[in-house]
Amino acid sequence: MSGSNEMSTPIIIDVQHLTRAFGSLVAVDDVSFKVHRGEIFAFLGPNGSGKSTTIRMLCGILAPTSGSASVLGYDIVRQAEKIKQGIGYMSQRFALYEDLTVRENLEFYASVYNVDKALRKQRLGELIDMAGLRGREQQLAGQLSGGWKQRLALGCATVHNPQLLFLDEPTAGVDPISRQEFWTMIYDLARAGRTIFVTTHYLDEAEHANRVGIIHEGVLRALASPAALKQSVRGELLKVSTNAPFDTVAAMGAMQGVLNVALQGNDVHALIDPAQQSAAGISTSLRSAGIGVSDVRTVDPTLEDVFIYLASTAKEHTA
Amino acid sequence: MWARIGAMVRKEFIQIGRDRRTLGMVIAMPIMMLLLYGYGINIVIDHLPLVVFNEANDPESRALVTAMQNSSYFDVVQYVHTQDAMTSAIDGGTAKVAIHIPPDFGTAILRGEQGQAQLVVDGSDPNNASTASFAAGMVAQAQSTRIITQQLARRGMGGLRSGVEMRPVVLYNPSLKSVNFMIPSIIGLIMSFQTILLTAFAVTREREQGTLEQIIVTPIRTWEFMLGKILPYTVTSTVGAFGAVLGARLIFGFRIAGDLGLLILLSVLFLMGSLGLGLLVSVVSKTQGQATQTAMFIMIPSILLSGFIFSRDAMPWIVRQLGLLVPLTYYIQIVRGIMLKGVGIESLWSAVWPLLIYSIVVFGLSAVLFQKRTV
Repeated sequence: MSGSNEMSTPIIIDVQHLTRAFGSLVAVDDVSFKVHRGEIFAFLGPNGSGKSTTIRMLCGILAPTSGSASVLGYDIVRQAEKIKQGIGYMSQRFALYEDLTVRENLEFYASVYNVDKALRKQRLGELIDMAGLRGREQQLAGQLSGGWKQRLALGCATVHNPQLLFLDEPTAGVDPISRQEFWTMIYDLARAGRTIFVTTHYLDEAEHANRVGIIHEGVLRALASPAALKQSVRGELLKVSTNAPFDTVAAMGAMQGVLNVALQGNDVHALIDPAQQSAAGISTSLRSAGIGVSDVRTVDPTLEDVFIYLASTAKEHTA
Repeated sequence: MWARIGAMVRKEFIQIGRDRRTLGMVIAMPIMMLLLYGYGINIVIDHLPLVVFNEANDPESRALVTAMQNSSYFDVVQYVHTQDAMTSAIDGGTAKVAIHIPPDFGTAILRGEQGQAQLVVDGSDPNNASTASFAAGMVAQAQSTRIITQQLARRGMGGLRSGVEMRPVVLYNPSLKSVNFMIPSIIGLIMSFQTILLTAFAVTREREQGTLEQIIVTPIRTWEFMLGKILPYTVTSTVGAFGAVLGARLIFGFRIAGDLGLLILLSVLFLMGSLGLGLLVSVVSKTQGQATQTAMFIMIPSILLSGFIFSRDAMPWIVRQLGLLVPLTYYIQIVRGIMLKGVGIESLWSAVWPLLIYSIVVFGLSAVLFQKRTV
């Protein structure tokens, strides 16, 4: 346990050199990390980066090509059946029975997870309250709107009180208010002592996590708390506001000392090497190129900047 | 373990009840097939529409037409007076058969010569055509015999009996009703249709909608899931088959001649094979559309080759051998044997052992492959 310096709490997921290939495509490439009990652990990455494949391997849906992992102390290949009673899983698409009612779905999963009959009624009542589905018990799951569906799915995934929850893009396609409410439920679950492994491609959501792993093209690029990740960006981050954002990106890409440049909204975020370039220098160069510069200032990096930074450095490595 | 299987079965029944398509297949299909094959499809050809062009119009020619009508193979639908009218009646589909009796028909007979009439048959349906020729030949033969006996009597040689008489005794289905022949097949069809198609649907639907993945992360075992999928359709197809038998009894007065227990036992064997086939279809199909295509690919040859509609005895050798690859062939033999002939297992062995081998192999294979490929 030489690498474990973050926390002294027990390790609940231990992943060692996990790899999964689909033909010639390596979806998850030699990934290693540990998750501690009670953590909210987020996997951040774009679609197709290997987040879901990792989760599916940890849940025993998919066998790894090489490497190993243990979940709740059980090996994911040899002891997959033992893991299943202790975890809850929510897939990125709605995976409940649309032609069953809210209550029938919950009852089905309660039976499948062998929830004690005497406790079942009370447990289902709690879940219906937690998900805010009171009054909708007899509604068909397929007729619920996006946000309600997600909550029902969370209810079904937690019907057996699992100590570890895998949530694969739980808020994809859900409106911002429902997303906010959903995260409140996740916090409540974490506060009650559960470990949450969540994947997302929403950068703002990753900020909710205790630790964030950034995965890109199957490779785990970075793993730290959101704050530490932001500090890891080397160089100085500038926010440049001009009247011609696209031209600005093109012009700055050719400038010396500009490590990385990307459009964020109407602004241009650029990472510079302070030894070679400065805010004033950029301002002057842009003006001489005929671009109307309204503001150039140093800002603190967001997770998006971290992500773009890591993704671009990765490209340099592979190029 | 039983709680999980029970949950699966309960869930499956709720879904069957809410899905109109499945429900239609479970309830409406047996009823529809029974009525359609019982009333609609009559594989014995009779009452062919007949057009008469009688130029003779004498007692002998009228006697011939009456004899044809009385044979019940022909129904006179029209009398015409020209050759063209006769042809156009066949062209237009008013009649399938025409008889043309020339003017000298009766006089020729009275002279002791042969009375000649022409039979025109619409050959576009070969079954109709061959039945019509055969039946008309029979009628003509009977008429000839009658005329010859009359002529002999006139010459003082009455009281003669014809040389050979064939008295047919029909075993097993004495009234020769199609419905009796079809009911065993209908049961075979319900059993294989529902099990193959609905089982395959039930699994691929879960794969298509992502619910299969959610189920896999629960502690449910693959064989528990399999059993949970199979049991409901075993129940519905059994109920459907019993319903068809009961309906046949109430509507057509059909009775099972043989041992019901043996029938059920061998039906379970056949069901096992069909359910296995349904699971195999679901293993190779990603979507319900693919499952339908695959199932049809299996079922259409089954219907054509098994003797369900077309008599296997009339098939060319090679086609008959192909039919031996179809499990429904053996099951239909068994069901007809028990239901119509009332025979016991000792007469059915030649159909039972291939079915036994098939069911064990297919069910075993499906269990193994299903384990390997669930997502």
